[in-house]
Amino acid sequence: MAVRRPYVRPMAGWWRRNPFYIFYMLREATSVFVALYALQLLYGLYTLAVGEAAFDAWLVSLRHPLFLVFHGVALAAALLHAFTWFNVAPKAMPVLYLGSHRVADRTLVWAQYLIFAVISVAILGVVLGG
Amino acid sequence: MATHDEIEIEVLRYHPETDSEPSYRTYRVPFAHETSVLQGLQYIKDRLDGSLTFRWSCRMAICGSCGMMINGVPNLTCSAFLREYHPGKLRIEPLAHLPIERDLAVDQTDFLEKLASIQPYIIPAESKAVDEGPFTQTPAQRERFYQYSECINCLLCYAACPQYGLDSGFLGPAALALLHRYNSDSRDVGKADRMPIVNAQEGVWACTLVGYCSEVCPKGVDPASAVNRNKVISTLDYFFRFMAPRGASE
Amino acid sequence: MPKRSNEPVFWALFGAGGVVAAFVLPALIVVTGLAAPLGLPSPGVLSYERVSAFAASLPGAAFLFVVISLSLWHGFHRIYHSLHELGVHRGLSVVRVLCYGTALAGTALTAYLLVTAI
Ligand code: SF4
Ligand code: FES
Repeated sequence: MAVRRPYVRPMAGWWRRNPFYIFYMLREATSVFVALYALQLLYGLYTLAVGEAAFDAWLVSLRHPLFLVFHGVALAAALLHAFTWFNVAPKAMPVLYLGSHRVADRTLVWAQYLIFAVISVAILGVVLGG
Repeated sequence: MATHDEIEIEVLRYHPETDSEPSYRTYRVPFAHETSVLQGLQYIKDRLDGSLTFRWSCRMAICGSCGMMINGVPNLTCSAFLREYHPGKLRIEPLAHLPIERDLAVDQTDFLEKLASIQPYIIPAESKAVDEGPFTQTPAQRERFYQYSECINCLLCYAACPQYGLDSGFLGPAALALLHRYNSDSRDVGKADRMPIVNAQEGVWACTLVGYCSEVCPKGVDPASAVNRNKVISTLDYFFRFMAPRGASE
Repeated sequence: MPKRSNEPVFWALFGAGGVVAAFVLPALIVVTGLAAPLGLPSPGVLSYERVSAFAASLPGAAFLFVVISLSLWHGFHRIYHSLHELGVHRGLSVVRVLCYGTALAGTALTAYLLVTAI
């Protein structure tokens, strides 16, 4: 009779084993910048409530090279988040039908890219243009 | 094409009666253009080392028994070819995240129990005798679940899922895909029975949409979509369960 | 019968935050993090008058509330899960309280600041 002794392999360092997992972890890491940026906005809102001097001081602090670098990285992270989010969103959406035709995942992804472009242009246009 | 090329195949070996842990052994295998990875392993077993253990049956990507890790990627060894890896070498391991029973054979017990727990069969509203004829449905109704019924239980998706590897309590991709397959079938009324499994932490909520399961599935099942559509279904169920008409479930 | 998870509450907030962050954050970061500090295209982009008028308007306050609070829920939900994936087991329940606690506190503070501003 054969001996049964099933061997369970360790999981330590699992995310380094496959490029797919590394990219997944990169996707998850965008959350750190989303959270930090939100906290940063919250702090700005707080200075707004304190008064003009505090708010202006916050604005000046944003000019510090470290903050500029942070926002540059945060922008890259936010774009990566947006890209990966739009790509997987059809997996969670209920299946859409147009008549008897199933709307392809690709169509849904492109629709989101389009909405993203419209919203981004609107925000940049209103704030920077007006 | 004639056999003149040779390729190196590194195999993770484990014999529970003698080995305390798995270790690699290397073999040199001649191959032709049409030699599959599975045939490479059969060459080793037939000519080099008869003690090598692995599973296979159909050799045509339909039985689901020959799944292994090839260079770290879950794949069906009968539909991968040695030429694709030449002039590099291959490292073959049993499917990741599953306990190794012996050499390249994994212990499938956990999955089989989970599969049984989701009641993977049509639960009709009323049972019918065979002479009363079949339960019918339209092509559009069939289309809603068909993709998920293509699963061959090969477990590549479990080997792709780090959440299952981190916590094997998770029901996992294929079991959830099949659960969704029956819940989406117009002839089935078992959804209320299956929802408690979906709603649990070990149901859909252990998933973080890594998405690799759908990437490796050899049958285009897209288990990730089944799991994540059920997160939406479970969330609606969570918030609106008190508004559901009485008697809708049970 | 398996126990029903409370994850739908956190997942719904995570999902809503993910949508908002995806559609809005890139442009917003360009505005507040890069254009304004660099004075592009002109210095007064984020002047005190302009921003306080925005925050005091109902649509502006709603926008800021949604963006800040949902981004926090989104971000901290993912951070919590990633720590679990990286093998943080000891003190995971403390991490959980810290993550969701920060999101909750941030939401409350944002609401308070905006309500007093209107
Ligand atoms: S869902 Fe695909 S990968 Fe998973 S067991 Fe079924 S056929 Fe295999
Ligand atoms: S041997 Fe049947 S799937 Fe490969």
